[in-house]
Amino acid sequence: MRLSRYVFPVMASLGFGFLYLPILILVIYSFNESKLVTVWGGFSTRWYVELFQDPQILDAAKLSLQIAASSATIALVLGVAAAMTLVRFRWFRGRTWLAGMVAAPLVMPEVITGLSLLLLFVALDNWLGWPSGRGVTTIVLAHATFGMAFVAVIVQARLRDMDLTLEEAAMDLGARPLTVFFTVTLPTIAPALVASWLLAFTLSLDDLVIASFVSGPGSSTLPMVVFSKVRLGISPDINALATLMILIVGLGGVFGFWQMRRSTHRRSS
Amino acid sequence: MSSSPLLVKNWLDPDAKPFIEFRGVTKLFDGVPAVRDVNLSIYQKELFCLLGGSGSGKTTLLRMLAGFEAPTEGSVWIDGVDITKVPAYERPVNMMFQSYALFPHMTVFDNVAYGLKRDGLPKAQIAERVAELLDLVRLSAYAKRKPDQLSGGQRQRVALARALAKRPKVLLLDEPLGALDKNLREDTQLELIKIQESLGMTFIVVTHDQEEAMTLATRIGVMDEGYLVQTDEPHTIYEYPNSTYVADFIGDINLLECVVTENDAGNLVLSAPQLETTIDLDDPVTGAVNQTLWYAIRPEKMRLARDPSTAVNALKGVVHEIAYLGDFSVYWIDLANGFRVRVSRPNISRMDDFAEAWGEEVWITWDGSAGVVLSQ
Repeated sequence: MRLSRYVFPVMASLGFGFLYLPILILVIYSFNESKLVTVWGGFSTRWYVELFQDPQILDAAKLSLQIAASSATIALVLGVAAAMTLVRFRWFRGRTWLAGMVAAPLVMPEVITGLSLLLLFVALDNWLGWPSGRGVTTIVLAHATFGMAFVAVIVQARLRDMDLTLEEAAMDLGARPLTVFFTVTLPTIAPALVASWLLAFTLSLDDLVIASFVSGPGSSTLPMVVFSKVRLGISPDINALATLMILIVGLGGVFGFWQMRRSTHRRSS
Repeated sequence: MSSSPLLVKNWLDPDAKPFIEFRGVTKLFDGVPAVRDVNLSIYQKELFCLLGGSGSGKTTLLRMLAGFEAPTEGSVWIDGVDITKVPAYERPVNMMFQSYALFPHMTVFDNVAYGLKRDGLPKAQIAERVAELLDLVRLSAYAKRKPDQLSGGQRQRVALARALAKRPKVLLLDEPLGALDKNLREDTQLELIKIQESLGMTFIVVTHDQEEAMTLATRIGVMDEGYLVQTDEPHTIYEYPNSTYVADFIGDINLLECVVTENDAGNLVLSAPQLETTIDLDDPVTGAVNQTLWYAIRPEKMRLARDPSTAVNALKGVVHEIAYLGDFSVYWIDLANGFRVRVSRPNISRMDDFAEAWGEEVWITWDGSAGVVLSQ
């Protein structure tokens, strides 16, 4: 009893410190006046100003957001289709295979995913002439591929939880299967759709390895730009950029959590 | 309610056309039978109850009528049309689900309007019909609420209004009152009957609660292990069960295994080894000498007496236990051979003669027509 009173808070603070201290330091140093990343030279917002005057970073950020939004949307559509197939149509040939393969990209090393997609795109380009060359299209396709795996897993879980009699009730009242899907199934799993879209969006925004494989000239995403900049030496405006991204992701997380809590609250009441 | 003067007992008329028919319906789930060779005719404006324990196949039968399950064998007919292969969304039936299955993301109004919207009715007409239905179930003030802001009883009424919205030919109700507490349930039962009679609709109710079935039904179909074992009016089911299963399932009963000792032109004398006595029967029963039969007699059809002299049938026993239930009391009487008989006694006076008869030696008496003889 006494032991747990001290040990658990200590363990918790160690754990949280380990997780969040580096991020905290990064945020603090983004307001550093000094050009040297490791020396505190007083408070300043100059790196934020500088960041918004760097066209390379701004363009990359815009591109990354576009890629993330479109790949997350494609992933959502495909992932929901896969999840519906796996949960609602239980007995078809090859179901076990499909179930396993949908989840495979989750555990696949990114290097392998990236390389295999690159080979696929090159081969497709040779055979069909599409997608011609590597660029935004190929990155979107690649991100949609692994984003879809996450969407499928999350949506599957929600679909399994869903009360099937809701769909039966809709059908009983004269709704054809497609109407049932759009008027009852989709609204019921909406929180999972929001959450999985956000996850796919974040993963795409975050990805460096796969994008490096399948990108072409003129299609450098934000992580690629940051990574190349860091290799030339860390400049403080990267800290500012990272802080902004943490802010965005943090807000997204809070929104997602709020959505989830709202929906579970509804279900339990 | 089965004695309602408005009721036409179509099932007694051999020329009456059945409204709903199950013809030789069998349903297997992965080879395991859930419903076995059910033949059932239900007539227009009936309030038919399917009664059975869990796993008896009653819900599966209902779901086959709604179109959520396809029969493995046999066919289902509504109003002279074979609907076996018609999908659920084209059948002229609506269902009220046990869980109510209200759409959580829609308001009460939108829930009730859902089926009407699918029919593509104009908005004004939908609004009018929904208002009418919410009025019927007394929920007009709650149209804008979401289901999670309603009480159990209110949700149940929304589910009923939604199922009635399209004026189905048949309304299916799966354990409609299962989630309600006792008082609310009794009120709702009477309300259901009122609604059914005023709309002139055919209702089919699935329930495991025999009291509910007795209260609601024009006829009851008792199911056991997928078989429809008896279909009759509540009174017939209770007083003339056709098997020991039905006798035991509906109400309380004393079941005695007997052997036919005499058959004098249909007037049987049964010997019940458990009672070490013989039973004289008024009703003619067929049975060969030495055949094993069951004699079933309800607790309320037996009387307690201290002097058996005038009774046709009488047994001596000792009062083992008395359960005072307010309106009546149940007595467990131990016979000399250890067999225990249940006798119930209405509490007509405030202090009954036998109210404190624990351990006392009493006589159980009954009339010759009080029990039924069952062959299976």
